Amino acid sequence: MTTDDKTVRMTYREAMRQALRDALSRDPRVFLMGEDVGRYGGCFAVSKDLLAEFGPERIRDTPLSESAFVGAGIGAALNGMRPIVEIMTVNFSLLALDQIVNNAATILYMSGGQFNVPLVIRLTTGAGRQLAAQHSHSLEGWYAHIPGIKILAPATLEDARGMLWTALEDPDPVLIFEHGGLYNMEGELAADTGAVEIDKAAIRRPGSDISLITYGGTLGKAMQAADELSQAGIDAEVVDLRTLRPLDTPTILDSVSRTHRAVIIDEGWRSGSISAEISARIMEGAFYELDLPVERVCSAEVPMPYAKHLEDAALPQSPLIAETVRRMVGAS
Amino acid sequence: MPSLGADMEAGTVVEWLVKPGDPIKRGDIIAIVDTEKATIEVEAWETGTLEQVLVPVGEKVPVGTVLALIQGAAAEAAQARPPAQARPEVVPAPKPPVVTAPPPPPLLAPKPPRGRPPAGAPRLRISPLAKRIAQELAVDVSKVQGTGPDGAITRADVERAAKAPAPKAPTAPPQAVAPAAAEAPKPAERVRPAIAPQERQAMMRRAIAAAMARSKREIPHYYLAAHIDMSRAMGWLQSENLKRPVANRLLYSVLLLKAVALAIREFPEMNGFCTDGVFRPSDAVHIGVAISLREGGLIAPAIHDVNRKSLEEVMDSLRALVKRVRAGVLRSSEIADATITITSLGEEGVETVFGIIYPPQVALVGFGKIIEQPWAMNGMVGARPVIKATLSADHRASDGHRGALFLAKIDRLLQTPEKL
Repeated sequence: MTTDDKTVRMTYREAMRQALRDALSRDPRVFLMGEDVGRYGGCFAVSKDLLAEFGPERIRDTPLSESAFVGAGIGAALNGMRPIVEIMTVNFSLLALDQIVNNAATILYMSGGQFNVPLVIRLTTGAGRQLAAQHSHSLEGWYAHIPGIKILAPATLEDARGMLWTALEDPDPVLIFEHGGLYNMEGELAADTGAVEIDKAAIRRPGSDISLITYGGTLGKAMQAADELSQAGIDAEVVDLRTLRPLDTPTILDSVSRTHRAVIIDEGWRSGSISAEISARIMEGAFYELDLPVERVCSAEVPMPYAKHLEDAALPQSPLIAETVRRMVGAS
Repeated sequence: MPSLGADMEAGTVVEWLVKPGDPIKRGDIIAIVDTEKATIEVEAWETGTLEQVLVPVGEKVPVGTVLALIQGAAAEAAQARPPAQARPEVVPAPKPPVVTAPPPPPLLAPKPPRGRPPAGAPRLRISPLAKRIAQELAVDVSKVQGTGPDGAITRADVERAAKAPAPKAPTAPPQAVAPAAAEAPKPAERVRPAIAPQERQAMMRRAIAAAMARSKREIPHYYLAAHIDMSRAMGWLQSENLKRPVANRLLYSVLLLKAVALAIREFPEMNGFCTDGVFRPSDAVHIGVAISLREGGLIAPAIHDVNRKSLEEVMDSLRALVKRVRAGVLRSSEIADATITITSLGEEGVETVFGIIYPPQVALVGFGKIIEQPWAMNGMVGARPVIKATLSADHRASDGHRGALFLAKIDRLLQTPEKL
């Protein structure tokens, strides 16, 4: 697999598995639990082979009760462990909403600062694999509404590899949203890559004409649109938010202040979404830098369709992103 | 930033001639400011010590912006005395520093509240960025064609409009000037215009357009004309000039200026400002003299107190004024406070001037060329030098009857030039 001394070719899934293996090796307090993470190797095969390597004490299959095992994770965290709880999809996390929102996010505050919850929850999010309306939604924007938790959205191999350890070191609950469409993404990763910071958005592609602000599963589509636009002489900047809560507002405003135009690409639904929040922050902080109204490319406001052509049509796709940008840049 | 004309909205500080700690007397020239029309020397309206410069060289600020703080002797006086005694310009602040108020604002056009269009006008579609850049580049957005969504004005539209008259970027800050601290350099040497000539010309064209359009829109003009026999005036001038060295000779325009100034004593309704539909006559007679600029455009700075000056003094003032206009250096007071304007196009050969009043003034006296023509008097026809005087006056302030008498009075005064 090694292409040269410095980089390794791997998938997003493997990068995530390496991150898990690294965390389990480095800290005996770390353990993984969730539905089918052990013998089955994880619904998306992220934890494949880890049971054999680390044993059933640390790779724990759980009953099909999100509320129960997230609650167990909170309890373990309160008692000094560093649990990684895997929830199969974000849709299923709604069964654990009470544990996440009412307990994990609030205990530090409710206990007057006595008890922190160093819990990491990994969730699969997003559509594109014909898993229909109960497995495909992007609800990370909802979670980004909640004070007391951090919301990460690794969109690159490096972040898949590096965010987990930083999240485990955080004293408070961190939710990591892994887009299901990314697991098979393959690329080069530095052999010595390690933990990454989780406080800053990243400029994935510098540009001067417009800011494409996105995260997670739509980063690749935005990059593809930017490449296509560059053929037409439009120099688009791509901002990868990486962390949805807390948002790195300065990086967003800085980018918009240079390009004076912005499109937000979000696989979530437009109404009441993280894209709405970003748009509002741009208006609050960079109003006098704007040369055009901020636009958004979001998912159609329907339950995610099963049929392939309908699912494709419901999701933000790079041609629509490029078309939106061309219309905006052409108009000013 | 003083208002240096009805059409001025902003100015750029080109140079500070004083620095914090310097003593300042009322009337001292403390700064040089660039406007759309000219480089203006700004006079202090307070006596005191310069406390702090608030607007650095190169910065463009709207009219009314505080340029500097003057620690004034007046401040204590203002606090000690009852408020009625305090000059209106002095702001009796709780702390000693006195805010230099702009000079009395006779020419300050009443502006609609910021950001709100006049009633009935459609709201301008302009992006926030374009609006900001338009302010920085002093682009009049009402004249910019928008190409954005639904005709909205974008940054590119504003930049295009800013570039249209001159290819050079107009906002480049001027080179910092190190003024000789001890001696005041000559005006011509210290002028560092912040605006490229072509750009200024375009700006001046816009400024003239704005002022003249406003005049024609708001002022109900009436026009009168009268022929004036100039034989006595010219005869007297010729013999008078024979007695003078060439450098001190008088021009006939001086006689015209003085005659108008003296006539005004009896016709105060020709001299002053009409603002918000209310006419306020002026006690002082500051005559604006329309002077055309070599590079195009015109400017009408004032000669102060013409009625109280001798012909020699008026001549000196006129000469100095023309020189400064040509050099592009004017003082804030002379550019801002003309109470009536005289325009003379005789040198260009025209006979009659149909003047447009410079708002908020209420009258403009025009003079054409002195032409030798047949003139009948007492049943005899002779050749006489004749000038045609015209009056454009504001019907809100005066009527044709009074205007006619005013012209007749000018005529009468010019028949006794030795008394001017």
